[in-house]
Amino acid sequence: MINLSHFLILGAILFCLGLTGFVVNRKNLINLLMCVELLLLAVNFNLIAFSNSLNDISGQVFVFFILTVAAAEAAIGLAILMVFYRHKHTIAVAELDELKG
Amino acid sequence: MEQLISNITIAIVLFPLLGALVAGLLGKKMGCTWSHRATIFYVFISFVLSLYLAKLVFIEHIPTFNLVVYHWGISGGVGFDVGFLIDQLSVLMLLVVTFVSLLVHIYSIGYMQGDPGYQRFFSYVSFFTFAMLALVTANNFLQLFFGWEGVGVASYLLIGFWFNKDSATAGSLKAFIVNRVGDFGFLLGIAAILATYHSIDYSAVFAQVDTTLSQTITVIPQHPWSVITLISLLLFVGAMGKSAQIPLHVWLPESMEGPTPISALIHAATMVTAGIYMIARMSPLYQHSPTALSVILVIGASGALFTGLIAIVQNDIKRVIAYSTLSQLGYMVAALGASAYTAAIFHLSTHACFKALLFLGAGSVILACHHEQDMRKMGGLWKLMPITYLTYLLGSLALCALPPFSGFFSKDAIIDAVHQTTIPGAHYAYFCVLTGSFVTAFYTFRSLFMTFHQTPRYDTAHLHPHESPWVVWLPLVLLAIPSVLLGAWLVKPLLFDTPPLLAQSVVPHLMESPQTAWSLMEESIHSPAFWLVISGIFSAWLCYIAFPALPKFFVRVLSLPYFILIKKYGFDDFNRVVFVDGSKSLAQSFSHTGDQVVIDNFFVNGSGRAVVFLAKLGRKLQSGLIYHYSLLMAIGLIAFLILILWPLKG
Amino acid sequence: MLEHSLLSTLIWFPILAGVAVLAFTGDKHPRTSKILALASSVITLILCSVLYHRFDMNTALMQFQENYTWIPAYAIRYTLGVDGISMPMIVLTCYINFLVLLASWHSIKQKISQYLAAFLIMQGVIVGVFAALDAMLFYVFWESMLIPMYLCIGMWGSNNRFYASIKFFLYTFFGSALMLVALIYLGFQAHSFSILDFYSVKLAILPQLLIFFAFLLAFAVKVPMFPVHTWLPDAHTEAPAGGSAVLAAIMLKIGAYGFLRFSLPIVPDACRHLDWLMITLSLFAVIYIGFVAIVQKDMKRLIAYSSIAHMGFVTLGCFAIYRIVQNTGSLTHAYMSIEGALVQMISHGFTSAAMFFGVGVLYHQLHTRLIRDYGGVANKMPIFAALFMVFAMGNVGLPGTSGFVGEFMVVLSVFQASPWISLLATSTVVLSAAYTLWMYKRVFYGKIINEKVNTLIDLDAWDKLVFVLLALTILLLGVYPQPLLNIFHPTVEHLLSLSMQSKL
Repeated sequence: MINLSHFLILGAILFCLGLTGFVVNRKNLINLLMCVELLLLAVNFNLIAFSNSLNDISGQVFVFFILTVAAAEAAIGLAILMVFYRHKHTIAVAELDELKG
Repeated sequence: MEQLISNITIAIVLFPLLGALVAGLLGKKMGCTWSHRATIFYVFISFVLSLYLAKLVFIEHIPTFNLVVYHWGISGGVGFDVGFLIDQLSVLMLLVVTFVSLLVHIYSIGYMQGDPGYQRFFSYVSFFTFAMLALVTANNFLQLFFGWEGVGVASYLLIGFWFNKDSATAGSLKAFIVNRVGDFGFLLGIAAILATYHSIDYSAVFAQVDTTLSQTITVIPQHPWSVITLISLLLFVGAMGKSAQIPLHVWLPESMEGPTPISALIHAATMVTAGIYMIARMSPLYQHSPTALSVILVIGASGALFTGLIAIVQNDIKRVIAYSTLSQLGYMVAALGASAYTAAIFHLSTHACFKALLFLGAGSVILACHHEQDMRKMGGLWKLMPITYLTYLLGSLALCALPPFSGFFSKDAIIDAVHQTTIPGAHYAYFCVLTGSFVTAFYTFRSLFMTFHQTPRYDTAHLHPHESPWVVWLPLVLLAIPSVLLGAWLVKPLLFDTPPLLAQSVVPHLMESPQTAWSLMEESIHSPAFWLVISGIFSAWLCYIAFPALPKFFVRVLSLPYFILIKKYGFDDFNRVVFVDGSKSLAQSFSHTGDQVVIDNFFVNGSGRAVVFLAKLGRKLQSGLIYHYSLLMAIGLIAFLILILWPLKG
Repeated sequence: MLEHSLLSTLIWFPILAGVAVLAFTGDKHPRTSKILALASSVITLILCSVLYHRFDMNTALMQFQENYTWIPAYAIRYTLGVDGISMPMIVLTCYINFLVLLASWHSIKQKISQYLAAFLIMQGVIVGVFAALDAMLFYVFWESMLIPMYLCIGMWGSNNRFYASIKFFLYTFFGSALMLVALIYLGFQAHSFSILDFYSVKLAILPQLLIFFAFLLAFAVKVPMFPVHTWLPDAHTEAPAGGSAVLAAIMLKIGAYGFLRFSLPIVPDACRHLDWLMITLSLFAVIYIGFVAIVQKDMKRLIAYSSIAHMGFVTLGCFAIYRIVQNTGSLTHAYMSIEGALVQMISHGFTSAAMFFGVGVLYHQLHTRLIRDYGGVANKMPIFAALFMVFAMGNVGLPGTSGFVGEFMVVLSVFQASPWISLLATSTVVLSAAYTLWMYKRVFYGKIINEKVNTLIDLDAWDKLVFVLLALTILLLGVYPQPLLNIFHPTVEHLLSLSMQSKL
């Protein structure tokens, strides 16, 4: 029987994957964007699981909001990435240390 | 009558101050002549008024007069006053001070002629007179201390009078600081008096002395000390500074860098006797502390002998007299230690006259030799300077204590008193003062022979010494008179009358049998002191007139004692190495190690550096790399989750 | 009418005058700004004499009180008032500032109107510190006092002025941060920020100790006490002569004033517990700093260190009272101790200001403060040398000068606390003579070695006026201190009763 905790474990695994990808990735800024999406999806997964188990629709409404915002965010993120590439001629994360103290 | 005495007293004290102000502030405008006229005029008035007071006190026998001029300060119920005490002792001191000061003022007209600081000199000397008069007329310790420090400053200014001369300014600084070491004890003594008697007025203190005889104070735990002994010793430390007792005597020889009239007035006749005066004044207190008296006796007697020995090897005429002053001060202090306060004051008065005479005589010689002070470059002056020679001779005889000169009576009384006393150290002291009389006679006549006899050793082609002008020799003559007569005149009323002359102010010491000047002189033939003096003069004659090669022989044979004497027992070297260099290097280490390195560099700038260091550490975290930040974020998130959830677990 | 606005006038008039000097005259009319500044300073002096004459010397109550609402939400009020301790300080402040303005007539060449304005504003603010009876008002004045002084050192100082001004600012600012905490705590305990209300707050021993240390840090830095004194030599050395004078003569007194106004009456039990600490630190100041002063090569540093040593007597006099009362069982000698400390504060104001002005005169002509660059100055400047001798003797503490009075009273009374404390404190008679007169000897005596000394010119009329005024004050206070002591008596009595009362 698949119950709530299985969904939550899957969400946690997805979240950890996204986080690990975010941290270990040194090369490509696009990877980062994708990892962020993965993190958001992991959260969405949890929201849906809870919504289902608690019989509360508002969780799924939130998911729609998040998906919308994530799409907008991805668009803006890619736009910034384009501008950035034009400016720096690279999208390697390891070289993005403008804010170094 | 009271009003009159109080007005006179205030006038006596303040007139010299007025003179000092006039000469000091208006001197440049008034010119030299009017400056010295003004100061001499004011000191003369003081002298005349002192004579009048003396008439009232000694002839009309008015009672002790205690006057409060104004309340200097009142704090916590303790009043500090400015006031005067007119009794026999203070009037005697007034006479001595104003008399010598007046003569020194007159003498300085000749001695300081043409000096660019002429007006300044007279201003300082008058200021000194003011401070000294304030000291001797004080009726409480505050004013005593005021005068005490005032004379110290005047002495400082006058020793360093020729301030372009390094030796003079060094001497003045040394004199001031050594005196301050004495004042250190003096101030504590005053504090102890206030703590014990709740007042610093003489009369209030003396009235309570009997109630505190057994009172003790615990300075070191488990060792209660008699409070009177403590006070006496602390005050004596002050007297040691001012009256140049071993080991605080080192400043007096250096003070000879000042003009000679100053040496006569300050460093022979008046200021250095302030300590003697103070202890005599405190005699009701000292009387009750045999311990303190023992200390005083031993220190005084040691000074009397050992500083006299140094005088033998000195070649500077002023230094000989300076060491002689140290020795005579030792006699006075020994007298105080033997409880013969009157004898000490007696010697103080006679010594003031003949020592001032000797200094002024030396000054006259120095003037004639164009400021040459080395006796090895003098000689044979007696024919050229008959008045100076004669007065110097009279002064020397008085200093040697030969009857019937004044020094004989006073010193005889001292030796007698030291002989009779039974407190610890009395035998040693008696030996010192007795041997001292031989030494005194020897060095005195050594200087007389070297200066006025022998063959001339100065450059006879260029230097033609001649008798000094009248302003210089008149004071010599005027001082020679009391140097000869004062002793015989005062000895009976001071020591043998009932009641003695100073009975109101000083604890009298008992003399076995009443005697007169004449009987004393008769007796002296049988006393060892007399023969020691005669042999001292004779030895000096042998060494410096009969066989002039003798001194060189002795120097060769007795090279070690000679070396010790030339080094002045090493006091100067010891002080220089231990106190001057020692405190300088201590100060340097405080300043460098303590303040600069530890506090400023380590703590103050160190805390600044610590902030910078921490900031640098923190900077490492700011790599600017997003994956570092995100990792930290994740770690932080997990840490917080654990922190929050852990307690919920069980 | 005047009674109820005198203190406010004394505070705000110089501040407004300072702003006016800054705004209306500027650098284009140096003479006008000088005259304007001096005139307003003279007016404050006249107001001070009114303050002195209308002051009732028979009461310990606060006089000339002004009381207005300021921040009602926190019960913070604009309360002013003076007693026998703060009144002389206010007069001292105005007097010294007047002399500073006089002395700057020729010596300051650049940005003169800003300089004058800084001192006028500083004067008003410092009077505010002494007059404030509300803790928050006190704190505001206390901190704002730093700004003009910081600017003064930073702008008109000599070579190392940036280091010195930052050090000065951080040191004193650091000190006062904890004081604010203590004041707020007391404010909540008392439900009021009136300092007088603080006196009656009951406090357990732990809060008392904490408050004591918070105050200690603030005031000890200001005094300054060993070991938080090292800002002072730097600040003094770099500041212009007038800045050094105000710093030494007035600002240091604010620290001691703080001990008397806050520490002793508000946390008496903590003071009683920790008096050994204060006495030890004071003795350190007297002896250790005395030694340090001997070997200084820079005249201003030397005088700065001597200031610390003299302030050691002030703190010693303030905190020896517990032992004195314990040993004698009566308040008699404690009076003398505190009054001695107060006299020492006033007297040190004059002697240190005078010495700093003196060095300023030399520095103005030769642009060096190093002792070894001088020698034989007495040949060229006899009048100056004579006046400086008076100041040096005041610094040495010679009877007849004001410097003696405080030291004498403190030494005499502290003997009751312990002869040993007295013994150690008395060492100042030797040390102060050594450092002051040794410096005097090297600067004024001897032959002229440095050619430049030959170019020195003796005091001009302005300087002469300043120095003669100072010399007369120093001598007058030394010969007749009783009028000053009279002002202190009732207030000290009140203060002693507060500081002897346990608050537990």
